[in-house]
Amino acid sequence: MNWRIEIRHKKGVFDSLGESIEKAIVDLGISTVSKVEVAQIYNISGSLLRSQIEAICNELLVDKITQQYECADRQKLAHQKTLSGENIIEIAYNPGVMDPVEHSTMKGIIDLGIKGVDYVTTAKEYIISGKLSEKELDFIVEKVLANKLIQHVVNFEDLKKASKKKAQRVFELVTLDILGASDDKLMRLSQEGQLFLNLNEMKAIQKYFKKLKRNPTDCELETVAQTWSEHCYHKTFRGNIKYQYTVNGVKKTKIIKNLLKSTIIKATTEINKPWCVSVFHDNAGVIRFDEDSNICFKAETHNHPSALEPFGGANTGIGGVIRDILGTGLGAKPICCTDVFCFAPPDTDFKDLPPGTLHPKRVMKGVVSGVRDYGNKMGIPTVNGAILFDKKYVGNPLVYCGNVGIMPKDKVFKKVLKGDLVIVAGGKTGRDGIHGATFSSGELTTESEVVSSGAVQIGDPIQEKKLLDALIKARDKNLYTAVTDCGAGGLSSAVGEMGEVLGVKVDLEKVPLKYDGLNYEEIWISESQERMVFSVRPKNVKKILEVFSGENVEATVIGEFTGSKKLELFFKGDQVCDIDMEFLYEGTPKITKEAVWEEPSIKIPVIPLQSSLNDKLLEILSHYNVCSKEWVIRQYDHEVQGGSVIKPLVGVNCDGPSDASVITPKLGSLKGIAISNGINAQYGKIDPFWMAASCIDEAVRQIVSVGGDVERIAILDNFCWGNPDKPDRLGSLVRAAEGCYKTAVGFQVPFISGKDSLYNEYAQGNESIAIPGTILISAIGIVDDVTKTVTMDFKERGNLIYCIGETHDEMGGSIYLDTFDCLGSTVPKVNTKKAMKSFKALNQAVSKGLVKSIHDCSEGGLGVALAEMAFSGMLGATIHLDKVPYKGDDVRSDKVLFSESNSRFVVEVTKADQIDFEKILEGITFGVIGQVEETPEFIVYGRKDEVCVNLYIQDLKEAWQKPLRW
Amino acid sequence: MKKTPKVIVLRTAGTNCDVETGFAFEHFGAKVDAVHINKLLDREVNLSDYHILAIPGGFTYGDDIESGRILANELRLHLGKDITKFINHKKLIIGICNGFQVLVKAGFLPGKMKGSTLSTKDISQKATLISNDSSRFEDRWTYLEVKGDSVWTKGLKEIVYFPVAHAEGKFVPQDSDVLKSLIDNGQLAFRYCSAYGEAPVYPQNPNGSIENIAGITDITGRVLGLMPHPERHFIFENHPFWTRKEKNSMYGDGAKIFENGVNYVKEVLL
Repeated sequence: MNWRIEIRHKKGVFDSLGESIEKAIVDLGISTVSKVEVAQIYNISGSLLRSQIEAICNELLVDKITQQYECADRQKLAHQKTLSGENIIEIAYNPGVMDPVEHSTMKGIIDLGIKGVDYVTTAKEYIISGKLSEKELDFIVEKVLANKLIQHVVNFEDLKKASKKKAQRVFELVTLDILGASDDKLMRLSQEGQLFLNLNEMKAIQKYFKKLKRNPTDCELETVAQTWSEHCYHKTFRGNIKYQYTVNGVKKTKIIKNLLKSTIIKATTEINKPWCVSVFHDNAGVIRFDEDSNICFKAETHNHPSALEPFGGANTGIGGVIRDILGTGLGAKPICCTDVFCFAPPDTDFKDLPPGTLHPKRVMKGVVSGVRDYGNKMGIPTVNGAILFDKKYVGNPLVYCGNVGIMPKDKVFKKVLKGDLVIVAGGKTGRDGIHGATFSSGELTTESEVVSSGAVQIGDPIQEKKLLDALIKARDKNLYTAVTDCGAGGLSSAVGEMGEVLGVKVDLEKVPLKYDGLNYEEIWISESQERMVFSVRPKNVKKILEVFSGENVEATVIGEFTGSKKLELFFKGDQVCDIDMEFLYEGTPKITKEAVWEEPSIKIPVIPLQSSLNDKLLEILSHYNVCSKEWVIRQYDHEVQGGSVIKPLVGVNCDGPSDASVITPKLGSLKGIAISNGINAQYGKIDPFWMAASCIDEAVRQIVSVGGDVERIAILDNFCWGNPDKPDRLGSLVRAAEGCYKTAVGFQVPFISGKDSLYNEYAQGNESIAIPGTILISAIGIVDDVTKTVTMDFKERGNLIYCIGETHDEMGGSIYLDTFDCLGSTVPKVNTKKAMKSFKALNQAVSKGLVKSIHDCSEGGLGVALAEMAFSGMLGATIHLDKVPYKGDDVRSDKVLFSESNSRFVVEVTKADQIDFEKILEGITFGVIGQVEETPEFIVYGRKDEVCVNLYIQDLKEAWQKPLRW
Repeated sequence: MKKTPKVIVLRTAGTNCDVETGFAFEHFGAKVDAVHINKLLDREVNLSDYHILAIPGGFTYGDDIESGRILANELRLHLGKDITKFINHKKLIIGICNGFQVLVKAGFLPGKMKGSTLSTKDISQKATLISNDSSRFEDRWTYLEVKGDSVWTKGLKEIVYFPVAHAEGKFVPQDSDVLKSLIDNGQLAFRYCSAYGEAPVYPQNPNGSIENIAGITDITGRVLGLMPHPERHFIFENHPFWTRKEKNSMYGDGAKIFENGVNYVKEVLL
């Protein structure tokens, strides 16, 4: 029998979910809804008696204190629904979408000692009171209640007859005729199969199989496509680039062989820090932490999936980068997350959205929920992040997910041995995410949501947590020789990579499946989440399987690393793949891409000088790129694992914006790490070189701000760009990479890992919206003694306020100009020599305890930094702009207050420490620009000693908090 | 040789505060074993070998169905006798965050309303913890008024400062009788308040808990459950604005709870 259970709140119990949905509906502009009630639905099928189903309700599903339930035959209840006439909407997951609650419910029922359940499905029912047209109801469903990629509205008419059927498929080996194919046909095959391979690549494959005198199987072709995809192989960064650029009006051309090696990796090699343990060859970069342990750090992007299904995209993005850390060396324990997002402004008008895109507010809410769900459930604190808004992200939001891990120092290197068995552990394999790797190597179109929906998935953080617990146990018992994560490309890329040197043989029918009906190719390329692959000596197989089963993690032997140097796949004895590893990993035809960089011509804006900057300061504080992100931060657990020392929110009321977070990864030790990031797409619109330089400067100076040693900082690069096959996009990418090289070497701060996500464009008819080339620099610093760290909130009245570093006329890309809808051209530059001197001096001052508070100047310049320090410390300030060291001809108060020149800090020092502090600053540009006040007034005197800002700190704070207080 | 207090930190799928909770007890001299529930169910490990049972925070089984429900059922149905005996032997139990949700939903908290010896029949759910009024997960620091004479809270400051991090922390008693006996028996160990001990408003009461209840004990005071995380305010530098404060002790407000547990075992049970 098919039982249906409907659970509702009892009368008088506050329905917080219903309330929040009601709010979301009002946000859509529909005001006729008076109430939304939510019911949780469980459909339980099996041979169960009424007494058993009631036991399941009373003991498991229903909280009898606050909830009531109804249970009956499913078809009978469905019949009633179709007659009721109310606005009842039931939303359920599409078949094949993973719903972890089903699994937990099955477990809970077994715990009760009840057998005979065949399956459980869940759904949510929304009873919406109020008069609504059918169109409005559809609009609510589409915009608030469901995402059709993963969910559907349950049709009660269908339910009357519905029953779950299992798909069955028979084995049939598919080969594709490419031996005699024309160029046209090759390209058609690439497109129809969603392989995203170009003609040269298709021809290389054709040539290889001609040599073998046979056609490839679908599985072979897919494997090659995945291995060679931009996502896995990074063709743009590793290939040749013909780069044309202009210096001082002179056109020049150069050939770059391997952009990655000639910029990012080159910097690291030249800097040659002895504490870099493993860089650029594993999942994550590894640096030394203390005598016994190393720290590893990696950031990934999950942009394309997040554009289509924000929750699932961000959710699996986090899951993926955590597995990167689990699969670094012999495995590291994740200790914190960092997440950076780019969206279109949340107040974008619905009518300005390109067709097929989700509203940015919905994208943002979904992404934040996805991160919250995964990070919090895994028990990994999310300690740092940023959110950037720009109209151009409307079709391609960016979701950067970073993770840090800690590992014993003898677990850094891994090596698969001949004869090792292949074990896959964790989640089962389903049809999820098929074509994820190749999907992210092409542009999104209005059709993407239809064609590529298989690439969208939802994660199961608890599955991954179990995997983490089991992996660390097995690692510490030395039960495996190597491990890697299943990410994009699934088993194909994980097993392939591990077998690259030796060769590997896999029996695909041994892979545990979520449901029947998958064919061999789907098993091989599926991107089902929460899986990892281990290579295990035969003698350790029994032991490792015991460890996994002790944590309720499924683990299965599926093959062997052979020594044949071939990739051999079988399905129930039939061979479905037989290709040489050398062809797979070295056979990619080298490509040369064209790149062009030209300085954009930007109109120099004329901004009228206003005598009062009160309104401008408030407007800048309310700018989406400056305002408080507390609504987001609070939803992340940033303190789990117990090592939190400097939190993302600091100050008297725990609501000030901290520069970097500091945690102690080892409880009982006061040694810590600091995490920060730098991102600013505006600067890149003027010059990507200085964008990259500024982002590195920002990330580094934020670590310095909390007291992190500038000589122990490592960074990551994440490039998100438009289509690199278009020369202007690639030219700007090259320019940014060059900025990375110069600045990193200047600061002696090595890159230890990085990633790129290209093709972030949204094609709409003939037009293509590209994102602004966006680089994220994530930084990690080692802090020897966390008790010496400092925060950014003003501490005590009477203390002196210093501005360290030079302020230039660098308004280009500033928030100030943005409030006039201008970009400007004088982008902030970086002088690494001068900056380094300041960084080192501040390191010294902080470690001597001379610094009471310190804040870096970034978006919004000095004005924002000072305002934030004041309201976070609930103290006022008096500031004199004529004391700010300013280099430039056109001295104006607005420029001094809002220029975003790099390498600057505001520092609070007691009068008693003035002499000692200034001694340390010898040779560094600084000014004593004011003092901290008891009264809550924030007063700024301009260059001519006129009062240009006179505001209460409460008003500053309100302006800063209001925009994203949802 | 003097005997050592033994703490079992219970783990299962989705437990995630086991390490820091274990560390807190270990720091004060306890021997701590983090044990997967499978080992208790298979009788590979005996609960009776321990003095303190700690159920740490996390999202056991993903909080699917509702927070703590599945682990609560496992404990009640399969380990009910063992835990009852454990309590009757004057041993200690602490449940933090998800651990509190588990103890409440299994019926070990608030437990028996009268008398001291517990029988498995007394274990029934009399309160619950539901979705925050904000309907969101929130991580924020809360001031808590400490009351009652539980062994766990002895010597704590009158008002302590711990962070909460949960989505389902709104405490709701079954009826006014349950609430009344909680008050009368002095079982309301922790209640949300303002920094100065006044009645709180949101977000000082972060979830809308009835009577601002943040943590309760059973009638004996030996079983404690609370939503806020004392193990996250273990050292002075965990305080969210420690950089504004004078350091008088290396410890944060939460450390004392764990010290109390270990000392009780040394003084009473060993």
